[in-house]
Amino acid sequence: MEEIRFHGRGGQGTVLASISLAKAFFDSGYHVQTFPVFGVERRGAPVEAYLRIDSSEKILTKSNVYTPDHIVVMDSKLLGSIDVTKGLKKGGWILINAKDMPKDLSKFKGYKIALIDASNIALSNGLGTKTSPIINTAMLGAFAKMMNIPNIEFIEKAILDEVPVKRKENVQAARDAFAKVMFH
Amino acid sequence: MNEKVMEGSHAISEAVRLCNVGVVSGFPITPQTHIIEAIAEHCSDGTMKAKYINVESEHSAMAAIVGASSAGTRAFTATSSHGLALMHELLHWAAGARLPIVMGEVNRALGPGWNIWTDQTDSLSQRDTGWIQLYCEDGQEALDTVIFGFRLAELVNLPVMVIIDAFLVSHTYEAVSVPTQDEVNEFLPAFNPRIKLDLENPQALNQMASPQYYMEMRKSMQLAMETVEDIYDEVEDEFHDTWGRRYGSVEGINLDADVVFVTSGTATTTCRLAIKDLTDKGESVGMLKIKMFRPFPAKGIQNALKNAGKVAVVDRNFSFGAGGIFAQEVKSSLCNLKDAPVVFNFIAGLGGRDITTDTFFEMYEKVNANDIPQTESEWIGINEQELK
Repeated sequence: MEEIRFHGRGGQGTVLASISLAKAFFDSGYHVQTFPVFGVERRGAPVEAYLRIDSSEKILTKSNVYTPDHIVVMDSKLLGSIDVTKGLKKGGWILINAKDMPKDLSKFKGYKIALIDASNIALSNGLGTKTSPIINTAMLGAFAKMMNIPNIEFIEKAILDEVPVKRKENVQAARDAFAKVMFH
Repeated sequence: MNEKVMEGSHAISEAVRLCNVGVVSGFPITPQTHIIEAIAEHCSDGTMKAKYINVESEHSAMAAIVGASSAGTRAFTATSSHGLALMHELLHWAAGARLPIVMGEVNRALGPGWNIWTDQTDSLSQRDTGWIQLYCEDGQEALDTVIFGFRLAELVNLPVMVIIDAFLVSHTYEAVSVPTQDEVNEFLPAFNPRIKLDLENPQALNQMASPQYYMEMRKSMQLAMETVEDIYDEVEDEFHDTWGRRYGSVEGINLDADVVFVTSGTATTTCRLAIKDLTDKGESVGMLKIKMFRPFPAKGIQNALKNAGKVAVVDRNFSFGAGGIFAQEVKSSLCNLKDAPVVFNFIAGLGGRDITTDTFFEMYEKVNANDIPQTESEWIGINEQELK
């Protein structure tokens, strides 16, 4: 079993990203489980969602994720305000939505870092506004490239199933991010 | 088979759509709201033909479907916590009037302190209302239980509460196999009660019952309750014939072990993993899941636990001045058993505090450390500083 933790802000589509990714993994033959961490959400407040995937066995745990294998950071500003790597297993991936690599990489020692300018990709596909770009579908494309799973076709299918508006643009954002993700 | 990744709440909504329900009433309360929200959408987009009634409170939500069910219509509502508490008066009415209503109930803590997370004390506070109570560990079980819950309710003329944990089921997406409409139509015949409000055949229902009659009415409810376990098994047999799944009123794993946990709800799923780990390490440990809490399957539990070394009941609920509620019932069902196992009681996970495999390992060590319980109920993970 692998566990993935999403860090985002209320209104960014973090929970929807986790659900779409679960569906894409399910279509790839995985057992999946995803749920949001519920608190008193409001727009802009930090939110978390968990995704468990298992290629062979049914997932038999109904508790929070404490030691994720990988994390997805939907907003690079969260890096300064919360301890995103808490419990992250060594060797795990950190996918960050940011323009540039963080200057100080010392706190990410022992992890693999992938970077995607999802905000820019979202805007170039007409998703959201400059102050509030809808970046979740771009993050999914970057995730698929970073992990080599799930196949981008399953990501596209999940987006078409899940996203209510601008489906073509959201699929394109995922494809663009798949092509543009950078590795440290 | 049509398997899709679906939220636990929506698994219940989907089951209600498939059951040809005639009337649904709803009042929103976290974490239940997604259930009635999806049903409202199905009613508005025409994929469900039910009459959806927005009401001003949970008390009215139950009143509305008491009316609908009395008129011979299959009816559903869902609630949580304070909403369920507000319904309390009408829960007695629904059961006393022998109405086969099915209700979704999402376990949530009662305030204060204000808390939206899982805790079974809300539904267990309704244990004496005459409702059948069925606890589920995931969305698939919830969907299935709604479908056979209607069948069961309509065979025994008692209402059924289908209960899931807040967030851990209600907001969790997992794969759920969704039956076809034809399959459900075959399994669940049209609802056609013998006695109902009927304009063509006017009659009065639920009139004054003097001491001369009241006791027999109550006894007849109990007689119906006493048939539930057998009829539940028959209904599950048929369900299994169609869909290949069955849950049982209780489910046991390795019941002859030195230590047997007794669980309900999602703690069961995590317990499955914990006992797997412990068994792999050579420990002798088993598990009994209690799905049916009312009627309490005392015979089945007696039978399941008679060879256990020690029993450890895990309660995500509490009765103040007494103890964990499942533990009390388990103890009472074992009290006339010769050489009954000792019963430890652990209180864990109240108000959504996480129950992990480590929680089970800790309880397992505590059970092994003593021949008999040192206290009536042991609270797990309490920060003593906070109590000062």
